[in-house]
Amino acid sequence: MTEGPSVHIEEASKAGAPVRNYVRFSLAQRYLHGIFVLTFLGLALTGLPLRFSHAGWALKFAGAVGGFGTILFFHKTSAAIMSVAFLTHVANILYRVVVRREFGLVWGPDSMVPRLKDFTDFFANLKWFFWLGPKPKFDRYAYWDKVDYWAVFWGMAIIGLSGYAMWFPQFFVKFIPGSWLNIALLIHGEEAILAVGFIFTIHYFNTHLRPQNFPMDLTIFTGRQTEQEFKERHPVEYERLAKSGELETLAAPEPPLWLKNFARLVGGLAVVAGLVMLYLLVVAFIND
Amino acid sequence: MKWGAPILVALGLSMMGQAAATDCLSCHQDNGTSAKASVHGSLSCTSCHTTIHEYPHPQTATKVNCGSCHEGNSHDISGSVHASVGVQPCLNCHGAAHSILPASDPKSTIYPSNLPATCGNCHGNAQIARQAGLKEVYSPYIDSIHGAALTKDGLLVAASCSSCHGSHKILSKTNKASRTYYANVPATCGTCHAGPLRDYTAGIHGQMLESGVDSAPVCSSCHTAHQISSVEKTSWKMKTTATCGGCHKDELTTYHDTFHAQVSALGYVEVARCWDCHGSHAILPASDPNSKISASNRVATCAKCHTGASASFATYDPHADSHDQKRYPALHYSAIFMNLLLAGVLGFFALHTILWFLRSRFDRKGESHD
Repeated sequence: MTEGPSVHIEEASKAGAPVRNYVRFSLAQRYLHGIFVLTFLGLALTGLPLRFSHAGWALKFAGAVGGFGTILFFHKTSAAIMSVAFLTHVANILYRVVVRREFGLVWGPDSMVPRLKDFTDFFANLKWFFWLGPKPKFDRYAYWDKVDYWAVFWGMAIIGLSGYAMWFPQFFVKFIPGSWLNIALLIHGEEAILAVGFIFTIHYFNTHLRPQNFPMDLTIFTGRQTEQEFKERHPVEYERLAKSGELETLAAPEPPLWLKNFARLVGGLAVVAGLVMLYLLVVAFIND
Repeated sequence: MKWGAPILVALGLSMMGQAAATDCLSCHQDNGTSAKASVHGSLSCTSCHTTIHEYPHPQTATKVNCGSCHEGNSHDISGSVHASVGVQPCLNCHGAAHSILPASDPKSTIYPSNLPATCGNCHGNAQIARQAGLKEVYSPYIDSIHGAALTKDGLLVAASCSSCHGSHKILSKTNKASRTYYANVPATCGTCHAGPLRDYTAGIHGQMLESGVDSAPVCSSCHTAHQISSVEKTSWKMKTTATCGGCHKDELTTYHDTFHAQVSALGYVEVARCWDCHGSHAILPASDPNSKISASNRVATCAKCHTGASASFATYDPHADSHDQKRYPALHYSAIFMNLLLAGVLGFFALHTILWFLRSRFDRKGESHD
C-alpha cells in the first residue's frame, strides 16, 4: 500500500509543489452515485434473503429485523428511491440532449455510447495483459467504465420493470399475461444476482480494489482527481483539454481532509458490506 | 341386566339388615368411610367381597371380580389391549377400590379433564410406554389443542383419550376394528368434527380412502394424532407445506421456486400455502368443476388475497417449473438465457479482472525497483 500514484502525490506535496486537482464529476453526479450506493446496498441486503430464503442466514436475518414485512418495506422503499434517481438521470440526459443540444452526450469522448475506440482499446488492453503491446491511452471513459454504466443501466431497467410487475401485478396483467409474472420473478432474481455479483466483484475491482487504485478511488466521492491521476488514467482527455485550454476551467482546490476521510469511511463501509453479502450469496448459491 | 346384580344385592342387604356391614367396619373403618362416599356407597362390603361370609374370615381374601356386576365392561377389557395389564386392571384407571367415584364427579379419575392424567400414569411414562412398544403420548397431547382445551380451560367436550380410543374396548391401531385403525380415523374424528368429515369425504383424499387406497391420507396424516395444533397458530402454518410435500414431492419442489415459497420460508404466514389455494378437507383435482383451482373458480381463489385479480392474473402458475420445457417453454428458455447471461458476463469479466490484476502486480513491482 506504500506504492502507486498516491505515493507520488504525497511526495510531491511534501516537496512543496502544489498538487493540482481537476473536477471529474459534478456535485449532482456524486450525489446520484451516493444514492445508488445506498439504495443498491439496501436492495441487495433485503433482496438476498428473499432470493435465498431457504438459507439459514436468511431466516435469522428476517427474524432479527422484524420479519418479512420489514424486509419488503425496505426493499420497496429502496427501489422507489432508486427509481426516482434513475428517472432523474434519464430525464437530465434527455433534457441536456434535446433542449440544451449537448450532442456530446450522445456521441463522442464525453458520451457513454460505445464507439470504435472502446473496442480497439479493449483489444489493446488484452495485448497489454500479455505483454504484447503498450498500455492503451484511454479517454474520459474507458471501456470498463462504459460496461459498468450500461450494466447498471440495463440492470435497473430490467430488475425495476420486473419488480414493479410483481409489486403491482393486478395492474401489469392488463398488459401482459399473468404467466409472465413467473418469468418476472425468475429474471428479477437472476438479474439481481448478476448485478450483485458484478458490482461487488468487477466494479469494486475495476474502480477501487485494483492495485493502481487500492484501496479506493475517491474521485466519485470528492468529484476531483489529481493532475497525476488525470494524466495516468485519462491521457487522451487530458491532452485534448490541455490543448483546447479547457483544462484550467476544471481546476479545483484539493478536496478537504474531512471529505476524503468521509469518502474513505462511506466507501469503505460500502465495499465491506458488499463483500460480506457476496460471501453469503456464494455460500447460498452453492447450497441452493 | 346391567342393574340386575345391584338390585339383588340391595334386596339381600335389606333382608340381612345392617349387621353385616357394621361387623366389617369394626375393623375396616377407613375402607368403610370412603366406600360410603363412593359410587358404590349403597352396596355392602360383601357385594364385592363375595367370599367373606363370617367372622373371623380367612387371611387371604380372594380377588374381587368387578365383572360380576360390570359384565359388559369386563368383557370389553378382556378383548382389549389392556387385557393383560396388572392383577386388577379396573383399578388402574378407576382409582382406589373403596373410593371409586362416578364419571360425572369432578374428582373422579375418569372425569373428562382428569382422564388424560389417569391414562398418563402409564402412557406419560416413557419407560412403561417403551415396554409396551408405544410412544410417550401424554406430553404431546397435553399441549395439543385438545389437551389444553380440556385440562387448562376445562372445556369438557374437548377430546380426551377415550373420545378417540374408547374406554374399555381399546384396540391396537393395527386392528381393523379399532377406532384408531387408519381407515376408521375419519369416522372417529368425525364424531365431533362433522363438518370437516363431510368435506373430507367429498374431497379427493376421502374418495381415495373410500376406494381402498392405502396411501390415502386420513385426519391424523396431516394433523398428527396427539400433537394436534390449532390451525391458526403460526407454528402450525409454517409446517403445513412440508406436510403436504411429504406426499406431493414434485409440487413442493415447484412451489419452492416461487415468490409464495420464498416469502413463506422467511416466516411470513400471510402468504399462499398449499391449502390457501387447494382447500384443506374438500381438496379436489383441478379437472373437477367444484375444485378451488378449477378453471371457473381459479380467479376467485386468487382474489382471496389478490383483490381485483383478473383472468389474466390467474394465468400465473404457482407451480411453474423452469425445467419443464414442454409446459413452460417461455420460462424455460428465459432461465437458460439468464443462466448464460450470468455465466457469460461474470465469467468474461472475472477472467478480464484476473489478467488485469496479474499484469498490474507486475507493473507495481517494476515501479518499486526504479
